[in-house]
Amino acid sequence: MKSSINNAIAGRPGGWLCLGLLLVVCLACGRSERQGQTLTIAGSTSVQPFAEKLAEVFMKQRPALLINVQGGGSSAGIMAVQQGAAQIGASSRELHGNEKKLHEIVIAWDGIAVIVHPSCPVDDLPLATLRQIFAGQIKDWAALGLKPHGMHVITREEGSGTRTAFEELVMDKMEITPTALVQDSNGAVREIVAHDPYAIGYISCGLVDNQVKALAIDGVLPTNANIKKNSYKLTRRFLFVTAHQPTGLAQDFCQFVLSPKGQNLLEKEGLIGVH
Amino acid sequence: MFSREKFIEKVLLLLAMSAIGSLALITIFIFLEGLPIILKTGVSHFIFGSHWAPTKGHFGILAMILSSLYVTIGALLFGVPLALACAIVLAEFAPPALTRILKPTIELLAGIPSVVYGFLGVVLLVPLIRTYLGGPGLSLLAAALILGIMILPTVISISIDAMNAVPTLYREGSIALGATQWQTVRKLVLPAARSGIITAIILGMGRAIGETMAVIMVAGNALNIPTSILDSVRTLTANIALELGYASGAHREALFATGIVLFIIIMILNTAATLITGRK
Repeated sequence: MKSSINNAIAGRPGGWLCLGLLLVVCLACGRSERQGQTLTIAGSTSVQPFAEKLAEVFMKQRPALLINVQGGGSSAGIMAVQQGAAQIGASSRELHGNEKKLHEIVIAWDGIAVIVHPSCPVDDLPLATLRQIFAGQIKDWAALGLKPHGMHVITREEGSGTRTAFEELVMDKMEITPTALVQDSNGAVREIVAHDPYAIGYISCGLVDNQVKALAIDGVLPTNANIKKNSYKLTRRFLFVTAHQPTGLAQDFCQFVLSPKGQNLLEKEGLIGVH
Repeated sequence: MFSREKFIEKVLLLLAMSAIGSLALITIFIFLEGLPIILKTGVSHFIFGSHWAPTKGHFGILAMILSSLYVTIGALLFGVPLALACAIVLAEFAPPALTRILKPTIELLAGIPSVVYGFLGVVLLVPLIRTYLGGPGLSLLAAALILGIMILPTVISISIDAMNAVPTLYREGSIALGATQWQTVRKLVLPAARSGIITAIILGMGRAIGETMAVIMVAGNALNIPTSILDSVRTLTANIALELGYASGAHREALFATGIVLFIIIMILNTAATLITGRK
Protein backbone atom coordinates (compact mmCIF):
# COMPACT_ATOMS: atom_id res chain seq x y z
CA MET A 1 0.00 0.00 0.00
CA LYS A 2 2.69 2.40 1.05
CA SER A 3 4.92 1.53 -1.90
CA SER A 4 2.07 2.04 -4.33
CA ILE A 5 1.65 5.59 -3.06
CA ASN A 6 5.36 6.16 -3.43
CA ASN A 7 5.21 4.84 -6.96
CA ALA A 8 2.28 7.03 -7.78
CA ILE A 9 4.15 10.12 -6.65
CA ALA A 10 7.53 9.23 -8.10
CA GLY A 11 6.12 7.81 -11.34
CA ARG A 12 4.45 10.98 -12.49
CA PRO A 13 6.78 13.94 -12.91
CA GLY A 14 4.14 16.30 -11.59
CA GLY A 15 3.71 14.30 -8.38
CA TRP A 16 6.36 16.07 -6.34
CA LEU A 17 5.28 19.41 -7.74
CA CYS A 18 1.71 18.82 -6.57
CA LEU A 19 2.92 17.82 -3.15
CA GLY A 20 5.04 20.96 -2.92
CA LEU A 21 2.17 23.18 -4.04
CA LEU A 22 -0.11 21.58 -1.49
CA LEU A 23 2.40 22.35 1.23
CA VAL A 24 2.73 25.98 0.18
CA VAL A 25 -1.05 26.39 0.06
CA CYS A 26 -1.41 24.86 3.53
CA LEU A 27 1.22 27.18 4.98
CA ALA A 28 -0.37 30.19 3.34
CA CYS A 29 -3.78 29.29 4.75
CA GLY A 30 -2.35 28.87 8.23
CA ARG A 31 -0.79 32.30 8.05
CA SER A 32 -3.69 34.30 6.77
CA GLU A 33 -6.09 32.77 9.26
CA ARG A 34 -4.05 33.98 12.22
CA GLN A 35 -3.06 37.38 10.97
CA GLY A 36 -4.12 40.32 13.10
CA GLN A 37 -4.79 38.04 16.04
CA THR A 38 -1.20 37.43 17.10
CA LEU A 39 0.57 39.04 20.00
CA THR A 40 4.30 38.52 20.42
CA ILE A 41 5.99 38.88 23.78
CA ALA A 42 9.76 38.56 23.82
CA GLY A 43 12.41 39.06 26.45
CA SER A 44 13.69 38.08 29.86
CA THR A 45 14.00 34.39 30.60
CA SER A 46 13.11 35.23 34.21
CA VAL A 47 9.75 36.64 33.12
CA GLN A 48 9.14 34.04 30.41
CA PRO A 49 7.59 31.24 32.54
CA PHE A 50 5.21 33.76 34.15
CA ALA A 51 4.33 35.37 30.82
CA GLU A 52 3.62 31.91 29.39
CA LYS A 53 1.27 31.14 32.25
CA LEU A 54 -0.54 34.46 31.80
CA ALA A 55 -0.76 33.94 28.04
CA GLU A 56 -2.17 30.47 28.49
CA VAL A 57 -4.98 31.69 30.73
CA PHE A 58 -5.68 34.73 28.57
CA MET A 59 -5.87 32.60 25.42
CA LYS A 60 -8.49 30.44 27.11
CA GLN A 61 -10.66 33.55 27.51
CA ARG A 62 -10.05 34.63 23.92
CA PRO A 63 -9.70 31.44 21.83
CA ALA A 64 -9.19 33.34 18.54
CA LEU A 65 -6.06 34.97 19.89
CA LEU A 66 -2.55 33.57 19.55
CA ILE A 67 0.12 34.78 21.97
CA ASN A 68 3.74 33.96 21.21
CA VAL A 69 6.01 34.07 24.25
CA GLN A 70 9.71 34.08 23.39
CA GLY A 71 12.80 34.16 25.60
CA GLY A 72 16.11 35.62 24.53
CA GLY A 73 16.81 37.91 27.44
CA SER A 74 15.77 41.37 28.58
CA SER A 75 18.06 43.20 26.15
CA ALA A 76 16.84 41.14 23.20
CA GLY A 77 13.23 41.75 24.22
CA ILE A 78 13.71 45.50 24.48
CA MET A 79 15.48 45.52 21.12
CA ALA A 80 12.63 43.49 19.60
CA VAL A 81 10.16 46.17 20.73
CA GLN A 82 12.32 48.99 19.37
CA GLN A 83 12.50 47.23 16.01
CA GLY A 84 8.85 46.27 16.00
CA ALA A 85 9.50 42.52 16.02
CA ALA A 86 7.49 42.12 19.20
CA GLN A 87 4.60 44.18 20.57
CA ILE A 88 5.58 43.61 24.18
CA GLY A 89 9.08 43.20 25.58
CA ALA A 90 9.57 41.55 28.94
CA SER A 91 12.40 42.93 31.04
CA SER A 92 13.77 41.87 34.39
CA ARG A 93 16.07 44.88 34.59
CA GLU A 94 15.53 48.64 34.57
CA LEU A 95 15.62 50.54 31.29
CA HIS A 96 18.58 52.77 30.72
CA GLY A 97 19.79 55.37 28.22
CA ASN A 98 17.91 55.28 24.97
CA GLU A 99 15.52 52.63 26.22
CA LYS A 100 13.85 55.11 28.60
CA LYS A 101 11.87 56.48 25.64
CA LEU A 102 9.83 53.28 25.65
CA HIS A 103 6.65 52.85 27.65
CA GLU A 104 7.07 50.66 30.73
CA ILE A 105 4.46 48.84 32.78
CA VAL A 106 5.46 47.26 36.09
CA ILE A 107 3.76 43.86 36.20
CA ALA A 108 5.27 42.45 39.38
CA TRP A 109 8.07 42.57 41.93
CA ASP A 110 10.61 39.84 42.34
CA GLY A 111 13.31 39.30 44.93
CA ILE A 112 16.72 37.91 44.09
CA ALA A 113 17.51 35.28 46.68
CA VAL A 114 21.09 34.49 47.64
CA ILE A 115 21.18 30.72 47.99
CA VAL A 116 23.47 28.18 49.65
CA HIS A 117 23.36 24.44 50.29
CA PRO A 118 20.84 23.52 53.06
CA SER A 119 23.70 22.13 55.18
CA CYS A 120 25.50 25.48 55.20
CA PRO A 121 25.33 26.98 58.73
CA VAL A 122 25.20 30.59 57.47
CA ASP A 123 21.71 32.13 57.69
CA ASP A 124 22.34 35.82 57.32
CA LEU A 125 24.80 37.95 55.34
CA PRO A 126 25.38 41.70 55.50
CA LEU A 127 25.07 43.29 52.05
CA ALA A 128 28.70 44.48 52.25
CA THR A 129 29.95 40.95 52.88
CA LEU A 130 27.88 39.63 49.99
CA ARG A 131 29.52 42.26 47.76
CA GLN A 132 32.97 41.20 48.94
CA ILE A 133 32.20 37.56 48.23
CA PHE A 134 31.07 38.23 44.67
CA ALA A 135 33.92 40.69 44.06
CA GLY A 136 36.38 37.95 44.98
CA GLN A 137 37.70 39.66 48.11
CA ILE A 138 36.37 36.90 50.37
CA LYS A 139 37.34 33.52 48.93
CA ASP A 140 37.08 31.22 51.93
CA TRP A 141 34.22 30.26 54.22
CA ALA A 142 36.68 30.74 57.12
CA ALA A 143 36.14 34.51 56.75
CA LEU A 144 32.55 33.91 57.88
CA GLY A 145 33.69 31.89 60.86
CA LEU A 146 33.17 28.46 59.32
CA LYS A 147 35.52 25.55 58.71
CA PRO A 148 38.09 26.71 56.13
CA HIS A 149 37.11 25.67 52.61
CA GLY A 150 37.16 27.46 49.28
CA MET A 151 33.96 29.24 48.33
CA HIS A 152 32.41 28.29 45.01
CA VAL A 153 30.81 31.49 43.78
CA ILE A 154 28.23 31.01 41.02
CA THR A 155 26.94 33.82 38.86
CA ARG A 156 24.89 34.27 35.68
CA GLU A 157 26.25 35.11 32.25
CA GLU A 158 27.00 38.66 31.17
CA GLY A 159 23.85 40.38 29.87
CA SER A 160 21.39 38.26 31.87
CA GLY A 161 18.64 40.34 33.50
CA THR A 162 19.12 38.63 36.85
CA ARG A 163 22.86 39.35 36.74
CA THR A 164 22.33 42.96 35.68
CA ALA A 165 19.84 43.46 38.52
CA PHE A 166 22.21 41.76 40.99
CA GLU A 167 25.07 44.01 39.88
CA GLU A 168 22.90 47.10 40.28
CA LEU A 169 21.55 46.07 43.69
CA VAL A 170 24.64 44.52 45.25
CA MET A 171 27.89 45.20 43.46
CA ASP A 172 27.94 49.01 43.60
CA LYS A 173 29.97 49.36 40.37
CA MET A 174 32.42 46.61 41.38
CA GLU A 175 32.90 43.72 38.99
CA ILE A 176 31.95 40.14 39.75
CA THR A 177 35.11 38.08 40.14
CA PRO A 178 36.33 36.26 37.02
CA THR A 179 36.85 33.11 39.08
CA ALA A 180 33.08 32.82 39.62
CA LEU A 181 31.43 29.92 37.85
CA VAL A 182 28.99 31.07 35.18
CA GLN A 183 25.72 29.28 34.45
CA ASP A 184 23.14 30.29 31.89
CA SER A 185 19.89 29.83 33.78
CA ASN A 186 18.33 30.15 37.22
CA GLY A 187 17.73 26.41 37.17
CA ALA A 188 21.37 25.55 36.50
CA VAL A 189 22.55 27.78 39.35
CA ARG A 190 20.05 26.15 41.72
CA GLU A 191 21.10 22.68 40.55
CA ILE A 192 24.77 23.32 41.37
CA VAL A 193 24.07 24.93 44.74
CA ALA A 194 21.74 22.06 45.65
CA HIS A 195 24.59 19.56 45.23
CA ASP A 196 27.63 21.53 46.38
CA PRO A 197 27.86 22.32 50.12
CA TYR A 198 30.43 25.08 49.47
CA ALA A 199 28.60 26.95 46.71
CA ILE A 200 26.86 30.31 46.89
CA GLY A 201 24.73 31.76 44.09
CA TYR A 202 21.70 33.91 43.40
CA ILE A 203 18.39 33.16 41.67
CA SER A 204 14.93 34.61 41.32
CA CYS A 205 12.96 34.21 44.58
CA GLY A 206 10.07 32.54 42.78
CA LEU A 207 12.35 29.61 41.94
CA VAL A 208 13.73 28.89 45.42
CA ASP A 209 12.70 25.42 46.57
CA ASN A 210 13.64 23.12 49.45
CA GLN A 211 16.83 21.88 47.75
CA VAL A 212 18.54 25.15 48.62
CA LYS A 213 18.52 27.66 51.46
CA ALA A 214 17.82 31.36 50.84
CA LEU A 215 19.88 33.67 53.06
CA ALA A 216 18.66 36.73 54.88
CA ILE A 217 20.41 39.90 53.73
CA ASP A 218 21.12 42.43 56.50
CA GLY A 219 18.81 40.33 58.67
CA VAL A 220 15.84 40.41 56.28
CA LEU A 221 14.63 37.14 54.72
CA PRO A 222 13.38 37.22 51.10
CA THR A 223 9.78 36.46 52.03
CA ASN A 224 6.82 37.79 50.08
CA ALA A 225 5.86 40.10 52.93
CA ASN A 226 9.37 41.56 53.16
CA ILE A 227 9.60 42.10 49.41
CA LYS A 228 6.20 43.78 49.38
CA LYS A 229 7.23 46.06 52.25
CA ASN A 230 10.40 46.78 50.26
CA SER A 231 12.51 45.93 53.31
CA TYR A 232 14.36 43.15 51.46
CA LYS A 233 17.15 44.89 49.59
CA LEU A 234 17.56 42.65 46.56
CA THR A 235 14.23 43.49 44.94
CA ARG A 236 13.74 44.22 41.27
CA ARG A 237 10.82 45.04 39.03
CA PHE A 238 9.50 42.90 36.22
CA LEU A 239 8.47 45.14 33.34
CA PHE A 240 6.43 44.91 30.20
CA VAL A 241 7.85 47.33 27.67
CA THR A 242 5.97 48.70 24.67
CA ALA A 243 6.93 51.21 22.01
CA HIS A 244 4.06 53.57 22.88
CA GLN A 245 1.06 53.55 25.17
CA PRO A 246 -0.25 50.05 24.37
CA THR A 247 -3.30 49.73 22.12
CA GLY A 248 -5.46 46.89 20.87
CA LEU A 249 -4.36 43.41 21.80
CA ALA A 250 -1.32 44.55 23.75
CA GLN A 251 -3.53 46.86 25.80
CA ASP A 252 -6.04 44.09 26.49
CA PHE A 253 -3.29 41.74 27.59
CA CYS A 254 -1.62 44.32 29.84
CA GLN A 255 -4.99 45.10 31.44
CA PHE A 256 -5.49 41.39 32.05
CA VAL A 257 -2.04 41.08 33.65
CA LEU A 258 -2.74 44.01 35.97
CA SER A 259 -6.27 42.83 36.81
CA PRO A 260 -6.80 41.01 40.14
CA LYS A 261 -7.03 37.72 38.24
CA GLY A 262 -3.70 38.21 36.48
CA GLN A 263 -1.99 39.44 39.63
CA ASN A 264 -3.31 36.50 41.65
CA LEU A 265 -1.91 34.19 39.01
CA LEU A 266 1.53 35.81 39.35
CA GLU A 267 1.42 35.58 43.13
CA LYS A 268 0.45 31.93 42.93
CA GLU A 269 3.52 31.37 40.74
CA GLY A 270 5.82 32.96 43.32
CA LEU A 271 6.04 36.63 42.33
CA ILE A 272 4.86 39.66 44.29
CA GLY A 273 1.94 41.58 42.79
CA VAL A 274 2.02 45.34 42.25
CA HIS A 275 -1.53 46.33 43.34
CA MET B 1 19.41 12.45 -24.30
CA PHE B 2 22.65 14.39 -24.44
CA SER B 3 21.03 17.65 -23.38
CA ARG B 4 19.32 15.95 -20.48
CA GLU B 5 22.68 14.59 -19.33
CA LYS B 6 24.20 18.08 -19.59
CA PHE B 7 21.25 19.55 -17.72
CA ILE B 8 21.64 17.15 -14.82
CA GLU B 9 25.38 17.84 -14.74
CA LYS B 10 24.70 21.56 -14.47
CA VAL B 11 22.11 21.08 -11.73
CA LEU B 12 24.52 18.94 -9.71
CA LEU B 13 27.26 21.51 -10.19
CA LEU B 14 24.93 24.21 -8.97
CA LEU B 15 24.01 22.17 -5.89
CA ALA B 16 27.69 21.46 -5.19
CA MET B 17 28.43 25.16 -5.47
CA SER B 18 25.66 26.01 -3.01
CA ALA B 19 27.50 23.99 -0.36
CA ILE B 20 30.69 25.96 -0.98
CA GLY B 21 28.64 29.13 -1.29
CA SER B 22 27.21 28.68 2.21
CA LEU B 23 30.76 28.35 3.55
CA ALA B 24 31.71 31.57 1.79
CA LEU B 25 28.60 33.31 3.13
CA ILE B 26 29.31 32.23 6.69
CA THR B 27 32.93 33.35 6.41
CA ILE B 28 32.03 36.75 5.00
CA PHE B 29 29.28 37.23 7.55
CA ILE B 30 31.30 36.46 10.67
CA PHE B 31 34.21 38.56 9.45
CA LEU B 32 31.93 41.51 8.61
CA GLU B 33 30.27 41.29 12.01
CA GLY B 34 33.37 40.60 14.08
CA LEU B 35 36.28 42.36 12.45
CA PRO B 36 35.34 45.96 13.35
CA ILE B 37 35.50 45.29 17.09
CA ILE B 38 38.86 43.50 16.77
CA LEU B 39 40.28 46.48 14.91
CA LYS B 40 38.74 48.90 17.38
CA THR B 41 40.09 47.04 20.40
CA GLY B 42 43.39 46.32 18.67
CA VAL B 43 44.37 42.82 17.60
CA SER B 44 46.88 42.33 20.41
CA HIS B 45 44.52 43.71 23.05
CA PHE B 46 41.78 41.42 21.85
CA ILE B 47 43.88 38.27 21.70
CA PHE B 48 46.29 38.89 24.58
CA GLY B 49 43.99 40.83 26.91
CA SER B 50 42.55 38.73 29.71
CA HIS B 51 39.85 41.12 30.91
CA TRP B 52 36.47 40.13 29.47
CA ALA B 53 33.59 42.37 30.59
CA PRO B 54 31.82 43.06 27.30
CA THR B 55 29.00 45.16 28.73
CA LYS B 56 31.61 47.44 30.30
CA GLY B 57 33.79 47.68 27.21
CA HIS B 58 36.57 45.20 28.00
CA PHE B 59 37.17 42.65 25.27
CA GLY B 60 40.12 40.38 26.00
CA ILE B 61 39.80 36.71 25.16
CA LEU B 62 43.21 35.35 26.20
CA ALA B 63 41.71 33.33 29.07
CA MET B 64 39.29 31.65 26.67
CA ILE B 65 41.91 30.92 24.02
CA LEU B 66 44.14 29.32 26.67
CA SER B 67 41.20 27.43 28.17
CA SER B 68 40.22 26.06 24.76
CA LEU B 69 43.81 24.92 24.20
CA TYR B 70 44.19 23.36 27.66
CA VAL B 71 40.89 21.53 27.43
CA THR B 72 41.80 20.22 23.98
CA ILE B 73 45.29 19.12 25.05
CA GLY B 74 43.75 17.42 28.08
CA ALA B 75 41.24 15.63 25.86
CA LEU B 76 44.04 14.43 23.58
CA LEU B 77 46.21 13.25 26.49
CA PHE B 78 43.31 11.20 27.76
CA GLY B 79 41.64 10.17 24.51
CA VAL B 80 44.49 9.48 22.09
CA PRO B 81 46.22 6.63 24.00
CA LEU B 82 42.84 4.96 24.52
CA ALA B 83 41.86 5.44 20.90
CA LEU B 84 45.19 4.19 19.53
CA ALA B 85 45.18 1.13 21.76
CA CYS B 86 41.65 0.38 20.65
CA ALA B 87 42.49 0.93 16.97
CA ILE B 88 45.58 -1.34 17.16
CA VAL B 89 43.59 -4.13 18.77
CA LEU B 90 40.76 -3.86 16.26
CA ALA B 91 43.02 -3.54 13.20
CA GLU B 92 45.74 -6.03 14.09
CA PHE B 93 44.88 -8.41 16.91
CA ALA B 94 41.14 -8.94 17.24
CA PRO B 95 39.49 -11.76 15.29
CA PRO B 96 37.43 -10.41 12.36
CA ALA B 97 34.16 -11.47 13.98
CA LEU B 98 34.89 -9.30 17.01
CA THR B 99 35.93 -6.35 14.84
CA ARG B 100 32.65 -6.59 12.96
CA ILE B 101 30.76 -6.10 16.22
CA LEU B 102 33.08 -3.64 17.97
CA LYS B 103 33.78 -1.16 15.19
CA PRO B 104 30.13 -0.20 14.54
CA THR B 105 29.60 -0.03 18.30
CA ILE B 106 32.41 2.49 18.66
CA GLU B 107 31.09 4.47 15.74
CA LEU B 108 27.77 4.60 17.55
CA LEU B 109 29.52 6.76 20.17
CA ALA B 110 29.70 9.50 17.55
CA GLY B 111 25.93 9.44 17.22
CA ILE B 112 25.21 10.24 20.85
CA PRO B 113 24.17 13.91 21.10
CA SER B 114 26.70 16.07 22.93
CA VAL B 115 24.08 17.26 25.41
CA VAL B 116 23.83 13.66 26.61
CA TYR B 117 27.58 13.53 27.20
CA GLY B 118 27.31 16.82 29.07
CA PHE B 119 24.43 15.55 31.17
CA LEU B 120 26.31 12.37 32.10
CA GLY B 121 29.32 14.52 32.94
CA VAL B 122 27.28 16.72 35.28
CA VAL B 123 25.51 13.82 36.94
CA LEU B 124 28.37 11.30 37.24
CA LEU B 125 31.78 12.87 36.70
CA VAL B 126 31.41 16.28 38.34
CA PRO B 127 30.28 14.97 41.76
CA LEU B 128 33.16 12.43 41.72
CA ILE B 129 35.73 15.16 41.05
CA ARG B 130 34.15 17.43 43.68
CA THR B 131 34.14 14.68 46.31
CA TYR B 132 37.54 13.09 45.70
CA LEU B 133 39.70 15.83 44.21
CA GLY B 134 38.13 19.02 45.58
CA GLY B 135 37.11 22.27 43.92
CA PRO B 136 33.66 22.89 42.50
CA GLY B 137 33.83 19.79 40.27
CA LEU B 138 32.90 21.78 37.18
CA SER B 139 36.44 22.00 35.87
CA LEU B 140 39.03 21.78 33.16
CA LEU B 141 39.53 18.14 34.15
CA ALA B 142 35.84 17.26 33.73
CA ALA B 143 35.72 18.94 30.32
CA ALA B 144 38.92 17.22 29.18
CA LEU B 145 37.68 13.78 30.24
CA ILE B 146 34.29 14.20 28.56
CA LEU B 147 35.90 15.51 25.36
CA GLY B 148 38.46 12.69 25.51
CA ILE B 149 35.58 10.23 25.26
CA MET B 150 33.82 12.26 22.57
CA ILE B 151 36.83 12.21 20.22
CA LEU B 152 37.27 8.42 20.52
CA PRO B 153 35.11 7.43 17.52
CA THR B 154 36.80 9.94 15.19
CA VAL B 155 40.34 8.95 16.14
CA ILE B 156 39.63 5.20 16.30
CA SER B 157 37.89 4.80 12.97
CA ILE B 158 40.35 6.94 10.97
CA SER B 159 43.33 5.17 12.62
CA ILE B 160 41.86 1.76 11.81
CA ASP B 161 41.43 2.78 8.17
CA ALA B 162 45.04 4.01 8.10
CA MET B 163 46.36 0.74 9.51
CA ASN B 164 44.21 -1.36 7.21
CA ALA B 165 45.73 0.54 4.27
CA VAL B 166 49.19 -0.86 5.13
CA PRO B 167 49.68 -3.78 2.66
CA THR B 168 49.46 -7.27 4.17
CA LEU B 169 52.64 -8.17 2.26
CA TYR B 170 54.68 -5.94 4.60
CA ARG B 171 53.29 -7.71 7.64
CA GLU B 172 53.95 -11.14 6.17
CA GLY B 173 57.52 -10.11 5.37
CA SER B 174 58.08 -8.90 8.90
CA ILE B 175 56.65 -12.07 10.47
CA ALA B 176 58.74 -14.19 8.07
CA LEU B 177 61.86 -12.41 9.34
CA GLY B 178 61.02 -13.65 12.81
CA ALA B 179 59.41 -10.53 14.31
CA THR B 180 56.57 -11.07 16.76
CA GLN B 181 53.16 -9.60 15.96
CA TRP B 182 53.65 -6.75 18.45
CA GLN B 183 57.08 -5.96 16.99
CA THR B 184 55.48 -5.88 13.54
CA VAL B 185 52.83 -3.45 14.73
CA ARG B 186 55.27 -1.20 16.57
CA LYS B 187 58.10 -1.11 14.04
CA LEU B 188 56.19 -1.46 10.79
CA VAL B 189 52.44 -0.84 10.83
CA LEU B 190 52.46 2.24 13.07
CA PRO B 191 55.27 4.04 11.18
CA ALA B 192 53.68 3.15 7.84
CA ALA B 193 50.28 4.43 8.97
CA ARG B 194 51.74 7.50 10.65
CA SER B 195 50.27 10.20 8.42
CA GLY B 196 46.80 8.68 8.71
CA ILE B 197 47.06 8.47 12.47
CA ILE B 198 48.25 12.06 12.76
CA THR B 199 45.32 13.15 10.60
CA ALA B 200 43.01 11.21 12.91
CA ILE B 201 44.43 13.03 15.93
CA ILE B 202 44.13 16.45 14.27
CA LEU B 203 40.52 15.80 13.30
CA GLY B 204 39.86 14.67 16.87
CA MET B 205 41.43 17.92 18.02
CA GLY B 206 39.11 19.90 15.73
CA ARG B 207 36.14 18.09 17.22
CA ALA B 208 37.34 18.84 20.75
CA ILE B 209 37.93 22.55 20.09
CA GLY B 210 34.58 22.96 18.37
CA GLU B 211 32.48 21.12 20.95
CA THR B 212 30.15 23.47 22.81
CA MET B 213 27.18 22.01 24.66
CA ALA B 214 28.97 19.33 26.67
CA VAL B 215 31.70 21.80 27.63
CA ILE B 216 29.26 24.47 28.81
CA MET B 217 27.62 21.90 31.04
CA VAL B 218 30.76 20.54 32.72
CA ALA B 219 33.45 23.26 32.55
CA GLY B 220 31.81 25.82 34.88
CA ASN B 221 32.54 28.72 32.47
CA ALA B 222 34.53 30.94 34.84
CA LEU B 223 36.50 33.68 33.13
CA ASN B 224 39.91 33.33 34.71
CA ILE B 225 43.07 31.78 33.30
CA PRO B 226 43.20 28.33 34.90
CA THR B 227 46.09 27.54 37.23
CA SER B 228 45.06 23.99 38.11
CA ILE B 229 43.12 21.23 36.35
CA LEU B 230 40.44 21.61 39.03
CA ASP B 231 39.79 25.24 38.06
CA SER B 232 36.68 26.13 36.15
CA VAL B 233 37.31 27.32 32.58
CA ARG B 234 35.42 28.92 29.71
CA THR B 235 36.24 27.88 26.16
CA LEU B 236 35.78 30.05 23.05
CA THR B 237 32.72 28.10 21.92
CA ALA B 238 31.15 28.24 25.37
CA ASN B 239 31.66 32.00 25.47
CA ILE B 240 29.70 32.49 22.25
CA ALA B 241 26.89 30.13 23.16
CA LEU B 242 26.50 31.44 26.72
CA GLU B 243 26.29 35.11 25.89
CA LEU B 244 24.87 35.37 22.38
CA GLY B 245 21.28 35.22 23.58
CA TYR B 246 21.63 38.44 25.54
CA ALA B 247 24.26 40.27 23.56
CA SER B 248 23.67 43.45 21.61
CA GLY B 249 25.87 46.11 20.02
CA ALA B 250 29.59 45.86 20.71
CA HIS B 251 29.06 42.79 22.90
CA ARG B 252 27.50 40.93 19.96
CA GLU B 253 30.33 41.99 17.66
CA ALA B 254 32.86 40.76 20.23
CA LEU B 255 31.18 37.35 20.21
CA PHE B 256 31.44 37.21 16.42
CA ALA B 257 35.09 38.19 16.83
CA THR B 258 35.49 35.23 19.20
CA GLY B 259 34.01 33.19 16.37
CA ILE B 260 36.66 34.53 13.98
CA VAL B 261 39.45 33.36 16.29
CA LEU B 262 37.83 29.95 16.60
CA PHE B 263 37.31 29.80 12.84
CA ILE B 264 40.98 30.54 12.19
CA ILE B 265 42.16 27.93 14.70
CA ILE B 266 39.94 25.25 13.13
CA MET B 267 40.99 26.29 9.60
CA ILE B 268 44.64 25.85 10.59
CA LEU B 269 43.91 22.40 12.02
CA ASN B 270 41.97 21.24 8.98
CA THR B 271 44.60 22.55 6.57
CA ALA B 272 47.27 20.75 8.57
CA ALA B 273 45.26 17.53 8.35
CA THR B 274 44.82 17.91 4.58
CA LEU B 275 48.52 18.64 4.04
CA ILE B 276 49.62 15.65 6.09
CA THR B 277 47.32 13.20 4.28
CA GLY B 278 48.25 14.69 0.91
CA ARG B 279 51.96 14.21 1.51
CA LYS B 280 52.66 10.51 1.12
